[in-house]
Amino acid sequence: MENLRNFEQVCAILKEHDHNPNRLIAILQAVQEVYRYLPEEAMTFIATSLGIPPAKVFGVASFYAHFTLEPKGRYVLKICDGTACHVKKSTEIEEALRKHLGLSSQNPTTPDMLFTLETVSCLGTCGLAPALVINDEVHGLLSPQSALALVQEIQDREAAVHA
Amino acid sequence: MLETMTLETLKSDHDRCAELVHKRIIVCAGTGCTANGSMAVHDEFVRQLEAHGQKALVVLDKPEPGYQVSGSGCQGFCQMGPLVSILPEGLMYCKVRQQDVAEIVRESVLGENCVERLAYKCPDSGCTCKHMDDIPFYHRQSRFVLRMCGFLDPEDLAEYIAQGGYFAARKAATESTPEQICATVLESGLRGRGGGGFPAGRKWEMARIQDSPKKYIVCNGDEGDPGAFMDRSVMEGNPHSVLEGMILAALGIGADEGYIYVRAEYPLAVARMKRAVRDATEAGILGESLFGTGRRMTMTVIEGAGAFVCGEETALLSSIEGNRGMPTPKPPFPAQKGLFDCPTIINNVETLATVPLIFRLGAEGFRAIGIPSSPGTKTFALTGHVANTGLIEVPMGTTLRHIIEDIAGGVTDDHGALCGTDFKAVQIGGPSGGCLVQEHLELPLDFDSLKKAGAMVGSGGLVVMNRSTCMVEIARFFMQFTQNESCGKCVPCREGTRQMLALLNDIVEGRATLETLSLLEEVAEMVQIGSLCALGKTAPNPVLSTLRYFREEYLAHVVDKRCPAGKCAALRTFSIDEEKCIGCGLCRRKCPVGAIEGSPKKPHRIDGEKCIRCGACLDSCKFAAISA
Amino acid sequence: MKRQTLKIDNTPVSFGEERNLLEVIRKAHIELPTFCYHSEMSIYGACRLCMVEVEGMGMVPACSTLPAEGMVVRTTSEQIRKLRKMVIELLLASHVGDCPSCSKGPSCQLQKLGQRLGVDKVRFPQSRTPVRIDLSSPSLLRDPNKCVLCGDCVRMCNEIQTVGAIDFAYRGSKSTVMPCFGKDLGEVECVNCGQCARVCPTGALVPRPNIDEVWKALHDSSRTVVAQVAPAVRVALGEAFGLEPGTITTGRIVAALRRMGFDRVYDTSFTADLTILEEAEEFLARKKEGQNLPQFTSCCPAWVKFTEQYYPEYLGHLSTCSSPQQMMGALCKASLKKLQNIPAEKIVMVSIMPCTAKKYEARRPEHSRGDEPDVDLVLTTQELILMIKESGLVFNQLEQESFDMPFGFTTGGGVIFGNSGGVTEAVLRYAAEKITGRKDSNYIFKAARGQEGLREFSLTVEETQLSVAVASGLGNAREVIRRIQSGEKHYDLVEVMACPGGCMNGGGQPISSDADYKAKRTCGLYDNDKMLQLHKPQENPYIAEAYEKFLQKPGSHLAHELLHTTYSPKRRTSGFAPEPEQEEGQLEISICFGTSCFLRGAQQLYSGINAFLAEQGAKAQVSINATFCYERCDRGPVVKIGEEVLEHCTLDQARAAILQHLAGRKAEVQI
Repeated sequence: MENLRNFEQVCAILKEHDHNPNRLIAILQAVQEVYRYLPEEAMTFIATSLGIPPAKVFGVASFYAHFTLEPKGRYVLKICDGTACHVKKSTEIEEALRKHLGLSSQNPTTPDMLFTLETVSCLGTCGLAPALVINDEVHGLLSPQSALALVQEIQDREAAVHA
Repeated sequence: MLETMTLETLKSDHDRCAELVHKRIIVCAGTGCTANGSMAVHDEFVRQLEAHGQKALVVLDKPEPGYQVSGSGCQGFCQMGPLVSILPEGLMYCKVRQQDVAEIVRESVLGENCVERLAYKCPDSGCTCKHMDDIPFYHRQSRFVLRMCGFLDPEDLAEYIAQGGYFAARKAATESTPEQICATVLESGLRGRGGGGFPAGRKWEMARIQDSPKKYIVCNGDEGDPGAFMDRSVMEGNPHSVLEGMILAALGIGADEGYIYVRAEYPLAVARMKRAVRDATEAGILGESLFGTGRRMTMTVIEGAGAFVCGEETALLSSIEGNRGMPTPKPPFPAQKGLFDCPTIINNVETLATVPLIFRLGAEGFRAIGIPSSPGTKTFALTGHVANTGLIEVPMGTTLRHIIEDIAGGVTDDHGALCGTDFKAVQIGGPSGGCLVQEHLELPLDFDSLKKAGAMVGSGGLVVMNRSTCMVEIARFFMQFTQNESCGKCVPCREGTRQMLALLNDIVEGRATLETLSLLEEVAEMVQIGSLCALGKTAPNPVLSTLRYFREEYLAHVVDKRCPAGKCAALRTFSIDEEKCIGCGLCRRKCPVGAIEGSPKKPHRIDGEKCIRCGACLDSCKFAAISA
Repeated sequence: MKRQTLKIDNTPVSFGEERNLLEVIRKAHIELPTFCYHSEMSIYGACRLCMVEVEGMGMVPACSTLPAEGMVVRTTSEQIRKLRKMVIELLLASHVGDCPSCSKGPSCQLQKLGQRLGVDKVRFPQSRTPVRIDLSSPSLLRDPNKCVLCGDCVRMCNEIQTVGAIDFAYRGSKSTVMPCFGKDLGEVECVNCGQCARVCPTGALVPRPNIDEVWKALHDSSRTVVAQVAPAVRVALGEAFGLEPGTITTGRIVAALRRMGFDRVYDTSFTADLTILEEAEEFLARKKEGQNLPQFTSCCPAWVKFTEQYYPEYLGHLSTCSSPQQMMGALCKASLKKLQNIPAEKIVMVSIMPCTAKKYEARRPEHSRGDEPDVDLVLTTQELILMIKESGLVFNQLEQESFDMPFGFTTGGGVIFGNSGGVTEAVLRYAAEKITGRKDSNYIFKAARGQEGLREFSLTVEETQLSVAVASGLGNAREVIRRIQSGEKHYDLVEVMACPGGCMNGGGQPISSDADYKAKRTCGLYDNDKMLQLHKPQENPYIAEAYEKFLQKPGSHLAHELLHTTYSPKRRTSGFAPEPEQEEGQLEISICFGTSCFLRGAQQLYSGINAFLAEQGAKAQVSINATFCYERCDRGPVVKIGEEVLEHCTLDQARAAILQHLAGRKAEVQI
């Protein structure tokens, strides 16, 4: 985990965007890459260096679904709940994964910070419905069983690394 | 830069390389096929060719003989992916896995045979389709905007130019006045593909006549409708066509700067568009001197951050400016006062990708396609209960029947088996659209006919639904989507969609009365007339159109507390068919609340009082004896 | 521009430069309902209450539609009625319904419109999950449960005040107006001006009430409760009792206060006169020395906090005079023992102010002696109105009474303090005489008056050239400073009032539905000035007496102690997580990344130190952190190395200090 008060990379990102407040969204995206979420300290610093109120930065960060204000797990599972996936029962996959990982909508990240479970409105891979994205990698034509298998595979791999 | 390297030399260099290619292997590299492992297939082709001592050409940058292995954009038939085509024969293979590659190389690349087991098999006729054009899904379409997506290497600028790309833009830059450019688009009758179908030429003209030293062109690639992915495919498959359309638009209105706003859920589209901008800039097409004319033209790719409402043009502009994506009232229209308060036109990806084709064909030629009030073609994302799902393109005015029966191969049941009579409805245009039913099968799909039928083209999502679909639940699903995506600015949309969702929940969960229904209709009407932006104004459409065509289904939920499709869990009553039940006792053991009784080998019974309608018994029965 | 004509509800209406259809309709005396439209702010278009039907266009929002020649407009129809009622009904369904006990009372727009439009039933269930009420600010109470998300407060804070302490967060039905990161208002850069509460249509933002504490003091017979009434209160309070804005109700306010049990009722205008003497002397001295010019006025606590947060380098320019409220507090507590045998500890000083920021000002530590604040409690005009109503006093029937002496006598100079430009004018009334040494019968300085938020003028008094800027609204203040910083302008005196138009339009004033209330209140104060016997603060005989008996002379040591104050840089936000623990034995370096330090090169310094540490191979021995604000902003960049705090830190200094500390540590380890 990045030191929350070490802004070296944030400084570089700001410089790359010329300290231009119009680039706020791109800056937040890049900063989120560094920390995997948007810490309050970093947002305050961004506000300071762009010369805009921190409330505005927070307003933007909390508006867009891609920004996260809480640390996320190392594997982010995004279940597509677009029309095509919904019609093909994506909710069953969601329920199966939730149950398997012991998560809820209020509590989307596992305590070991390994998994975060989210739903997205549409990934545009409707031909592969129902679909699930694990850290930007799309898996399609899933069933609750095959989705669980994907997650189990990660869990096994992680367990092996730790052992 | 173009003083020394003209489009012609780029084209002839490419042609010289292409002439030496023995055969070309195209592996679909769209998001769907990539997810199914097409990149591994691609790499395997290179390895296999090299193992056979053949030269595998991944990039065509110098003239040398060999076999070209390239990726392409989305070919539309995602469910059959990864797709592989072999040119010049035009063979097409479906669901190709890495271990199939050796055989394909041996038989079809080095040899002249078809690997039949990998060819498409028509589910109804059972015949094998060796070539892409034999597959009904393809040959019943008219691929115009998508044509190139299938075999162009989206990361190869030279190939786009070799196919005649950028010539129209250069001609416009060097020979045409803005008036002429706008006139051509106006004459072509092109209507915006993003939703309402506003004439593109009129929009351009409005921006053109603004007196401002700075103007912008914005490409709206924030395709957010659940169930739509046309724009994604165009950006992934033919990014330069979008750029060329933007250049033409910029020339038409006098802009020198453009933004391409791409939805963040589309990382591949972002990467391809960025690559295209970089390549075009390096080649001197874009940059400080557009085609060497000395005029500046820059394009920037902006990645969205996850807000459906940014598909609305004023919200999109707010987002580019680094703000919350909240729509602003019109007037002023973006064409008058848009990005950074300068005149701006915003067109969606498909519209812009159509523009270069208009300039190649001429306005007249373009008008010959489609119908007079809606010329050209339209791409649709076809999903749901049909045999073939994917991305299709048909002339405007094509009937729904043609799409569902001929291209999509007919309606299927929940398990994917064809069942000819099961068609119930089509949801068109996503959460802002409406549904079409049996009586609309002969309806020509174009902007005006759909509007009359209470639906809209919207972004072009087409979700086909069979009889097992509960239309109230579908309306609730879309309402949940818009409610979740409402920006929260105006009262009717923020509060109205929230209340509509609550009312719909009451209906599907059996708490509703007839007053619920009339209140739902009243709120829907007010949200429609009162909302600030298109998201809110169209949010009630799914409710209103399902109420219009499936009112009896609503009434069944409200009055009889019954879901005719058996989908609404709270309204299901489970019963066991004594004829079919063999008394195996599985359901009794599965029931979490002990609501099922019965002795072994005797028909069981469900106690309606105890039943919590979880459906565990239904799923467990191996004899289809339980119904809901 | 040529007048054009359109038709509204079958009646021809002519229009000219109105910026939208809404203003044309209102000019035609049709009160179109709105929540989110305010002529001084940008058009937001969110409440949808101003929808009208225009022939050929259908239903359009009047606020964002341009009037056009020949337009045919209908302001009521079946659909319009239904929509308006639906909007109110929807809002009520997500609004906590404690109307009878809400301090917004009858000025709540939601309540008013609900009644006016005939919304007799809410058919939706209550859809709001209650959230905590924010009581952290001394000045404002923020109750998100009552917010209708019209955004008026957000635009006020951003566009007019350029503070941006609150903004929208989250989206859709989760949208909330809140300070950054969901912090409380008291933890962020809010300057307490209360303009947000002035434009808030509901009780979501209201002045923080202190009514109960005041009643408690009044009912405690062991205390002497002293009231002071600010000038702007007298021209607005009557509005709550059906009087025209600008009606002067001083005598009835005094009577009401006595009836409620106040033991002494003084006039803040008296200490406004006193402020002028002190402030004008200070100004003339600075002008003579040519130092710390321009002098900034300091009577507005919102402006003072604004300067402390955003322009710490200009703190030396603020007049060191305390505001009239604080002067009155200090003066009463220091002198009433001697003058009237009331010991300070028995006094409860209650001020009645048009302003919410005064509540904050009274709590500033600079304004306490020991634990004893100079001003104990501050009531806004709105709260006094509620107390009068609670008492059952028939305000309009009260016999007028006079203030108590000696601190109840004022000149017109002290009264016009309530208008933007008033302080300037009063200073000029004093300074001009002082410079010329002649008594002049003219006391009016027209140049200082006006409606614009930013006015500049210069005048020559004998040999002396005076260049003045008068700003109201903090956005205008920012512009003044920009002009000073860029060297575009030079001023001698800058008057700033945070509220547009001055204190008469303060955040604690009653909310008016009169379109011209600002002009009427302003006019009321100038009329009051005219009616008074004396106009120049220096002519106030009781001021002369106060100096004679007690304060010695303007600028004396005692006057300084009681009547002047100090300022210090202030951080904008607080409440961050504690700083990270450094590892055992590491040298801790913290670099301030507050705005001032940032602008003075904190980021370069930070990169430089990082590079230096890498070069020295010392990264592992050091924990380097960014931090927020040591409140030494005028001396930035500030770097803390170990326990040592370096101000105006350069990279060379930082390097030297780091080496020294590291060497010291090494030595320690060896020992």
